[in-house]
Amino acid sequence: MAIQSSNKSKIIYTLLAWSISAAIFFPIFWTLLTSFKTEAEAISASPSLFMFDWTLENYQDVLARSPYFEHFWNSVVISLGSSLIGLLIAIPAAWSMAFVQTKRTKNLLMWMLSTKMLPPVGVLIPIYLLFRDFDLLDTKLGLVIVMTLINLPIMVWMLYTYFREIPNEILEASRMDGASIKAEIFHVLLPIALPGIASTLLLNVILAWNEAFWTLILTAANAAPLTAFIASYSSPEGLFYAKLSAASAMAIAPILILGWFSQKQLVRGLTFGAVK
Amino acid sequence: MGSITLKQVTKSFDEVNVIKPLDLEIRDGEFIVFVGPSGCGKSTLLRMIAGLEDTTSGNIEIDGQDATSTPPAKRGLAMVFQSYALYPHMSVRNNIAFPLKRAKVPPAEIEEKIASAARILNLGDYLDRKPGQLSGGQRQRVAIGRAIVRQPSAFLFDEPLSNLDASLRVNMRLEISELHKSLKTTMIYVTHDQVEAMTMADRIAVFNAGVIEQVGTPLELYQYPVNRFVAGFIGSPKMNFIELDTPQEDGATCLGVRPEHIEITESGGLWQGKVGVVEHLGSETFLHVQVEGADTLTVKANGDCALRYGDDVYLGAQPNKILRFDSQGQTIANG
Amino acid sequence: MATTHSRTLAQFMLFPSVVLLLAWMIVPLCMTLYFSFLDYNLLSPGTEEFIGFLNYEFFLTDPAFFESFFNTLVLVGGVLLITICGGIGLAILLDQAIWGRNYVRIMVLAPFFVMPTVSALVWKNMLMNPVNGLFAHFATFIGIEPIDFFSQAPLLSIIIIVSWQWLPFAALILLTAIQSLDREQLEAADLDGAGPFSKFFYIVLPHLSRAVTAVILIETIFLLSIFAEILVTTSGGPGYESTNITYLIYTQSLLQFDVGGGSAGGIIAVIIANIVAIFLMRLIGKNLEG
Repeated sequence: MAIQSSNKSKIIYTLLAWSISAAIFFPIFWTLLTSFKTEAEAISASPSLFMFDWTLENYQDVLARSPYFEHFWNSVVISLGSSLIGLLIAIPAAWSMAFVQTKRTKNLLMWMLSTKMLPPVGVLIPIYLLFRDFDLLDTKLGLVIVMTLINLPIMVWMLYTYFREIPNEILEASRMDGASIKAEIFHVLLPIALPGIASTLLLNVILAWNEAFWTLILTAANAAPLTAFIASYSSPEGLFYAKLSAASAMAIAPILILGWFSQKQLVRGLTFGAVK
Repeated sequence: MGSITLKQVTKSFDEVNVIKPLDLEIRDGEFIVFVGPSGCGKSTLLRMIAGLEDTTSGNIEIDGQDATSTPPAKRGLAMVFQSYALYPHMSVRNNIAFPLKRAKVPPAEIEEKIASAARILNLGDYLDRKPGQLSGGQRQRVAIGRAIVRQPSAFLFDEPLSNLDASLRVNMRLEISELHKSLKTTMIYVTHDQVEAMTMADRIAVFNAGVIEQVGTPLELYQYPVNRFVAGFIGSPKMNFIELDTPQEDGATCLGVRPEHIEITESGGLWQGKVGVVEHLGSETFLHVQVEGADTLTVKANGDCALRYGDDVYLGAQPNKILRFDSQGQTIANG
Repeated sequence: MATTHSRTLAQFMLFPSVVLLLAWMIVPLCMTLYFSFLDYNLLSPGTEEFIGFLNYEFFLTDPAFFESFFNTLVLVGGVLLITICGGIGLAILLDQAIWGRNYVRIMVLAPFFVMPTVSALVWKNMLMNPVNGLFAHFATFIGIEPIDFFSQAPLLSIIIIVSWQWLPFAALILLTAIQSLDREQLEAADLDGAGPFSKFFYIVLPHLSRAVTAVILIETIFLLSIFAEILVTTSGGPGYESTNITYLIYTQSLLQFDVGGGSAGGIIAVIIANIVAIFLMRLIGKNLEG
């Protein structure tokens, strides 16, 4: 009896969970599907799920219309570059906060986080003007700098929560074993914290990849990443659903695939240590 | 060589004096145990010797050299932590090799030393495992192995056995003692367990509230405790204290007598009382006797003691086995 | 618990992060503050002059300011409400024994990886478009008048889109939190005769408070500066119905080239964010301790 009823509830919960998650996933699914349709089918009043003429011409059109691979490359450079540089700066800071705690540590961390609350518009004009004066507008370097800075607090915070899970005694043991600070960090701390560092890197790559304030404002053509590439489809000439879908699919596919493959690490990183 | 001298050493955290000015001479090759209740400063002092904590004032000398502000890596000491603190991402072999690699020892020599440490500590079969795959006792051995390969001038042990279960603890106690006998290196061992202190130490330093109450061999502490704290801390079961209503003529306000020194007599002893709980351990029996005009006294009797709950007994003790304490808790010398 | 040596080292290692963030915060902020007192238009360079609080006066008395301030609050509050309530429900559902949980999780997680510009475009054109959107097709199919989302309920439409993006994040954090709940507590509650509702309100919900705090903090950080979704869908309209503070300042300074006015707006946005931040930090300080 008990087994039967629990099986019954399992069926109900499974159906419920699948229908809700399918609904959440639907916009992405629909976009992917539409990207393989012809424009006529894409706006058809009675859209069909699978029974249409599958075509790749939308992808060809998008590639012909705009330099996708250039945008893609810009996105890679900006998100990966800023995340790696961010790690270099954040790891020492997180080490200090996690292992040499003082009364100020908590306040410092909160302060760093609060810089993240500073609305970008508050500094928009000076950054824009500074970038103009230093010839950083529409350059990858400029965006790498901005992305590094806006994600730095999050990186420090994430790394801090990961480092804090490492017992201080292990680092003290390495000091007793004659390790220099360099050896302590490279041979002991980093290998132990590698999963945490990897998920920090991943999350920040995703955040930087999807960032759409600075990337839209500070770039024009040369350094425009995929966010700007796709934004160009919001103009009326882009109102071709199938091509829009193809472009969307191309913009999100890399990060979607990366995210799915690394979801286990990501989920842990996403909780920011708020959940043990 | 491994003599360590502490001169007027103090430590304070935020105005709280954790260690009050303290002098201690640790001789080369001796096994000294810091014992005391938790929070007495013994672990802090060990960490100061290790260099993991700053010394607020005073000097720490290692082999005659002032090492007060030398970083831990340069002090030539090895430490075994309570949590073992093994490197979880390294195999046992690499854990043991770590300090040698840091000291840039040639690979061939490292191999040799790992092999000999593995032999001494019976780790041969586990060298390629990760710490996570080992039992508590094995991890403890690896931690010791990591310490001995460096041939430090002294070993520091910070409550190394407190995470092990009781039977394993007895074994490891013996192993560490044997290790000391064969290596003849100075060992400083921190514990709150007075049994560990008594069984392993050449000398014991009893800590209480940031001061050393007494330093001496186990038997000295047992026989001639300088004050009531030491008398109560050393020995198991604890010494019985009998508060006196009126001070004796030598000023004693409290008497102390160990359970094993109380004799049970048929009639006419120093104290009369009723037997309470009786604990039979087989080899011996502990009686908790409710004495008139005093608290409960713990009495150690033979294993075949036939006394039962509620029996009336008389208790006595040889005068020279009774310690007398003055109102300050200091022992009043016999004589 | 450390030595002077390691403390010095720690300060040295903190230095780059602190200096960079300080520079990132102070330098532009001071410039913004300076510009906000100027009559400074990019179209007429060289004519800057000090005009005191005039920019602030203009900005604060502009009806658009109040509307966009209100919109900002509704946007942040609405998205928080939807994602947290929906997230708790979803988390409880995903915590049950179900078949194919990994696939369900992948599908739920997906919107988080979609860049804001893409999700805004997809929702705007393919789902919410009043003529060719899927919702319109569906409405026609069941015989009702299709809704023109972006002209009839622009702010709500944006809230729906942003909620869709952030729901996975909330659900995932809350799911992790629920999974860390000690099962023995629930069993003890069972023995005490607690029903599902009292179990939820007295055990599950208090256990989640820490995670909910984290979700509020992180989402607020990002939601206060929602930009791309508005730019791509409604451009703030119709009128100012879907303009938030961020977007208002963007239009003032970069579309109307009024640097002075935009800067004054920026400073006001910073002040608002600080009020929110102080409020949040209080909340966090209490809930994220230990």
